[in-house]
Amino acid sequence: MVTHTQTDGTRTWSRRTQKQSLIRWVAWLIGVAVFVFCWNRISEVTTWFFVWDAPRIAGDIFGRATPPRWSYIDQLWGPIWDTLNIATLGTIISLMLAVPVAFLAARNTTPSKMFIRPIALFIIVATRSINSLIWALLLIAIIGPGVFAGIVAIAIRSIGFCAKLLYEAIEEINETQVEAITATGASRWQVMLYGVVPQILPAFAGIAVFRWDINIRESTVLGLVGAGGIGLQLSASLNVLAWPQVTLILLVILVAVVVGEWVSAKVRGAII
Amino acid sequence: MNGASVSELDTLIGTGWKKPPLIKRDWLRWGLVIGALIYLIAAINSVEVNWERVYAGLDRGAAFIAAFLQPDFESRAGDIWEGMLESIVMAITSTVVGIAISIPIGLGAARNIAPLPVYLVCRAIIAVSRALQEIIVAILLVAIFGFGPLAGFLTLSFATIGFLSKLLAEEIESMDKVQAEAVKATGSRWAQWVNYGVQPQFMPRLIGLSMYRLDINFRESAILGLVGAGGIGATLNTAFDRYEYDTAAAILLIIIVIVMGLEYLSGLIRARVQ
Repeated sequence: MVTHTQTDGTRTWSRRTQKQSLIRWVAWLIGVAVFVFCWNRISEVTTWFFVWDAPRIAGDIFGRATPPRWSYIDQLWGPIWDTLNIATLGTIISLMLAVPVAFLAARNTTPSKMFIRPIALFIIVATRSINSLIWALLLIAIIGPGVFAGIVAIAIRSIGFCAKLLYEAIEEINETQVEAITATGASRWQVMLYGVVPQILPAFAGIAVFRWDINIRESTVLGLVGAGGIGLQLSASLNVLAWPQVTLILLVILVAVVVGEWVSAKVRGAII
Repeated sequence: MNGASVSELDTLIGTGWKKPPLIKRDWLRWGLVIGALIYLIAAINSVEVNWERVYAGLDRGAAFIAAFLQPDFESRAGDIWEGMLESIVMAITSTVVGIAISIPIGLGAARNIAPLPVYLVCRAIIAVSRALQEIIVAILLVAIFGFGPLAGFLTLSFATIGFLSKLLAEEIESMDKVQAEAVKATGSRWAQWVNYGVQPQFMPRLIGLSMYRLDINFRESAILGLVGAGGIGATLNTAFDRYEYDTAAAILLIIIVIVMGLEYLSGLIRARVQ
């Protein structure tokens, strides 16, 4: 913040000095240049004729897609059950795998900061940065299409997320309680069970429900690559251009997502 | 210590200590346990696992892990480079456009500065954007706009709006009123008030969230190619379909490295602005 004295002696206030303004201006210029470059690349490979035609196509698809084919719901109960199972079993398996990873990654519980902690952190980053659809693609190539591949894909994908939040919770525990348990002469495992675990249990339950909610969302689309659930029906309906069925499936997915979010909010509200 | 707890203590002395249960009411605890068990048994029974197929696939799993140790960056370098560049381009443009649209919507969705009708409209936009998943939006937009990165760019921008506006609105709703009032007291117009009284308060958070969203958009752009919306996903899908695990491993490693780099960068930037 600076003030300038004008030629007639009045002083005006401005937020930045001239140098700060210049730096900001250059930064904006670079930003805009990068954006324009990126936009040009997108624009080059776009068939603009289709884009100008888009409103008509959108209207056409909307016309075909309404009203939804309600009778198709009879064939959806099985896939909905599968989707729920993929999300729930996947979350349970991932929590089983995430707990040891989290204890190995937390600074205060890891057996070795030099060797084991970096490995645990790499597992967390690697599983987190690859989308569940990609895990599903990979697992389908390995163990064949079906619900099982979906469960494993969700399980692997969730490890990183759960372990990251959990190890942060472990690092924030109150050391006094741990010391108190240690002072009673408890063994290493007893210290874990009575000193550490009760402190992270609420966080753990919260993470589990939160991730289950996300997994419901993700498991609805896993079928697009063949990993079971309602996505299979979606991709089949899309392939035969059965738009009324697509609408119904999208509505079912929307309801599933909203219900999942509601359940998770309720449970988290009860825990925390 | 009062009398009751002393007598309670007397009865407890000499008996072993038991961990108090997490849920105090007995019927609720056992009901939950039994219900969960029934569900688990039903769920596990309904999952068909073709163990022969799994066993047969273990070789391929081993081949994939081997490929991870020897990723092949060379033979499809051109395709990988093109796809990666397209993914990055999509992530950057969609983040920029997403932020530009999110700011007015975020302002509108904050109850303390927006009138009720505007608030309701903006909250509705946020709800719709958050409920629809990227990949489903991408399918619809590919059907409407044709194959290519434009559909992916629009999808990611749309998803960014829901994410950023919601968090931004929450940040504005919890802002410090005194500063905003002080600016208002100088007789500023609405735009000046937002610019000098409100904007400096949410700016650090906005920068942090934008970096985080760039990271998410890059990750998401890696799968949009599966439905034809541009990016590295198409190359990755082809590599899996052709069982070229070494190329797939190379792509996955590049994604991991870029995500790690972005996370590190966003950590640095957030530490600076906050």
